[in-house]
Amino acid sequence: MSAIGAAFADEPAFVPYLAVGDPDADASVEYVRALERGGADVIELGLPFSEPIAEGPTIQDAVVRSLDGGMTPAAFFETVSRLDVDVPLVCMTYYNLIYQFGRRTSGDPGPEAFVERAAEVGIDGFVVPDLPAEEAGPLRTACDEHDLDLIFIVAPTTRGERLERIMARVSGYVYVQARLGVTGARADVSTRTAASLDRLADWDVPKAVGFGITTGDHAREVVAAGADGVIVGSVLVDLIAEGNEAGDPVETVADRLEAKARELKQGALDGATSKTGVEADGGAGPETGAERESGTELGTETEVGGRTQAGTGTDAGTRPERK
Amino acid sequence: MSERRSRSEGTGRSRSESGSGSSTARRPGTYGDYGGQYVPEALMPAITELDDAYERYVRSNAGGFMDEFASRIADFGGRPTPLQYAEELSDRYDFDVYLKREDLLHGGAHKLNNALGQCLLAKYMGKERIVAETGAGQHGTATAMAAAHLGLDCEIYMGTRDIRRQRPNVFRMRLNGAEVNPVTAGRGTLKEAISETMRDWATTVEDTHYVIGSVVGPHPFPAMVRDFQRVIADEIREQSEEKFDSLPSSVVACAGGGSNTMGAFAAFAGDAENGDAATDTADTADGADTSAVGLFAVEAGGSSLSVDEDRGVAPNSASLSTGSEGVLHGARTKLLQDGHGQIMESHSISSGLDYAGVGPELAHLVDTGRVQAVSVDDDRALEAFHRLSQNEGIIPALETAHAIAWLDDADPEAVGDRVVVNVSGRGDKDLESALEETAKRDLDIAPDMDVFDAEAMTNGSSDIDVEDESR
Ligand SMILES: Cc1ncc(COP(=O)(O)O)c(C=O)c1O
Repeated sequence: MSAIGAAFADEPAFVPYLAVGDPDADASVEYVRALERGGADVIELGLPFSEPIAEGPTIQDAVVRSLDGGMTPAAFFETVSRLDVDVPLVCMTYYNLIYQFGRRTSGDPGPEAFVERAAEVGIDGFVVPDLPAEEAGPLRTACDEHDLDLIFIVAPTTRGERLERIMARVSGYVYVQARLGVTGARADVSTRTAASLDRLADWDVPKAVGFGITTGDHAREVVAAGADGVIVGSVLVDLIAEGNEAGDPVETVADRLEAKARELKQGALDGATSKTGVEADGGAGPETGAERESGTELGTETEVGGRTQAGTGTDAGTRPERK
Repeated sequence: MSERRSRSEGTGRSRSESGSGSSTARRPGTYGDYGGQYVPEALMPAITELDDAYERYVRSNAGGFMDEFASRIADFGGRPTPLQYAEELSDRYDFDVYLKREDLLHGGAHKLNNALGQCLLAKYMGKERIVAETGAGQHGTATAMAAAHLGLDCEIYMGTRDIRRQRPNVFRMRLNGAEVNPVTAGRGTLKEAISETMRDWATTVEDTHYVIGSVVGPHPFPAMVRDFQRVIADEIREQSEEKFDSLPSSVVACAGGGSNTMGAFAAFAGDAENGDAATDTADTADGADTSAVGLFAVEAGGSSLSVDEDRGVAPNSASLSTGSEGVLHGARTKLLQDGHGQIMESHSISSGLDYAGVGPELAHLVDTGRVQAVSVDDDRALEAFHRLSQNEGIIPALETAHAIAWLDDADPEAVGDRVVVNVSGRGDKDLESALEETAKRDLDIAPDMDVFDAEAMTNGSSDIDVEDESR
């Protein structure tokens, strides 16, 4: 099983996001450490792109701060290579940066050079919000060559054939977009999350829900509804931005991130417990037998081996199958 | 690996994506290496739905859609627009100049062809709300008019800088009942407005249609916008036959995203789209050889064709002439970008050309040599703006002024003896910035504006504010 897959195997995963270089690379290194201490199971590292069309204002601002601070793909890789954390790392960026890295380094545009360099510095997978499954062939191939995962986003509007097409290409985890729209902290959990999870219930791939998750309570609700993990970005980026504005030292901001991480991770764990206890908690809707089964495992310590993966001993890049 | 992964990706034949990978499937909407659908997953179902509607209604005229479009663009829009012989310009050059008067279309620019077409399509698709970006405000204005005409809700995103540069158009949009949402990100121009409109659409996609303003964005937009604008070229063809009994020797159009450009070229360029049977062969049924018609796309050269990599600024918008291949706003195309792939801030005196990308089909036609990309800088565009105003009695849009100015560079051998210039729009929207930009320069041709009492201007009591914002 890939490192990313393993991160979801035992308990619900907490997957924080931050924009690397916000406000500078050294601070990002500290923040990543803090998130690991706070219980992160996978960390999404944003490589800022000038046109972040999937991001709301919070992350747009972080992108501006990072780019103003001089962040580049090369500096991003250098920063990642300095990280001394044990959790798997996912690079989140837009396709043009991946594509142009090849041109810049080898004169040959395309994703191979980027993926190769990412593998070298210890990246385990990618999520690329402006690259739908239809356009992802070359990146998928490059990821397969380097044994890295390629995560796809599934939106509330994704169903039928589109869903199948994504499932044929995804590996690591599925990023379940909780609501339509862009990233950003929200006051509530979208009611569409449960329906989305339901559509995915048949597929044996970890489902991590993101877009709007802000509190431990949200994390609990989402996991109780059947998620295998929660992805949290904007609320953490907000903490960084606020600390930045107040002129707080990096350690102080790092402590806040760690505390917030603990809250979110605990929420996710609580969600697993409540899910075992009560059926269809949090308006999860009708669950399939398959999902109920996996839900039961969530609350137990038993090693059933590869809860969500396509069998045991599989490598990165393994596509999910229907249960 | 699943059995469903059917496309022959990554054959190992080439490490580059060119001609392999995603384009092997000959998906519609790719033009050579350009085009495609690089958008967030949330938008993909809507784009697929739109593609179906495009095939049904636009390409197959289901429900008489194209007939209704033709009738509305005639009655509401005022088509056909004239093809006018330009006497002064024809005197100036060794070739005859004809002006395709899209400035006379309702709203004052070619933009209505596309806006009305897409708003009507949205109606056929059962969408109730329209969003659109705008740069010069011409597309926003056209969309607001079309939405009002068809009874649709309409919200327009516009960069704050453009709102300042194009105030009259902001008033017009508001008068037609559209909301105008200022976009503050970046330099506050077209690029940011498109990004913000895409974000709105990603949120509201179930009941909203995004009326994109040029032949840019993910498939099917480039093809669909071209098809709605194609009426320009079809009329040019017909009117040329009537007026001088042959095809024009060349067609010249300015290019921002390239919608007036593709619209004016479409009947002459052949079909560049992969995976489709060529609907236009060079030799057509009537025996005319359209492949002999010269096609010239005039880009905004801004203040200079060089770039400032460190600041991420290109002082021009000449993506066809100076850009490189990349992915922006849903399509692979030619872009102004730095070496890392960050999109540059573009510049042009004309808001409508001020964009770091260009339509994928046009980029492809330039690569194949069918279309020649040329450029004209700010100064010369402004000079041509005044010249056309004085000599022909037509105040052109600053965008159009680029195409007019280029005639000075045209080699008579290359353009032939009958040149059609697409007057993409009228210049009323540009009066403020034209006066402002004229005041900065010492242009011989510019009229003096002493008629406005100098004192009144400094008191700010004049309606015409010629203050230079950069000071
Ligand atoms: C009058 C006019 N011409 C040209 C353009 C450029 O757009 P395109 O290149 O899509 O024709 C604009 C855009 O706003 C415009 O208003």
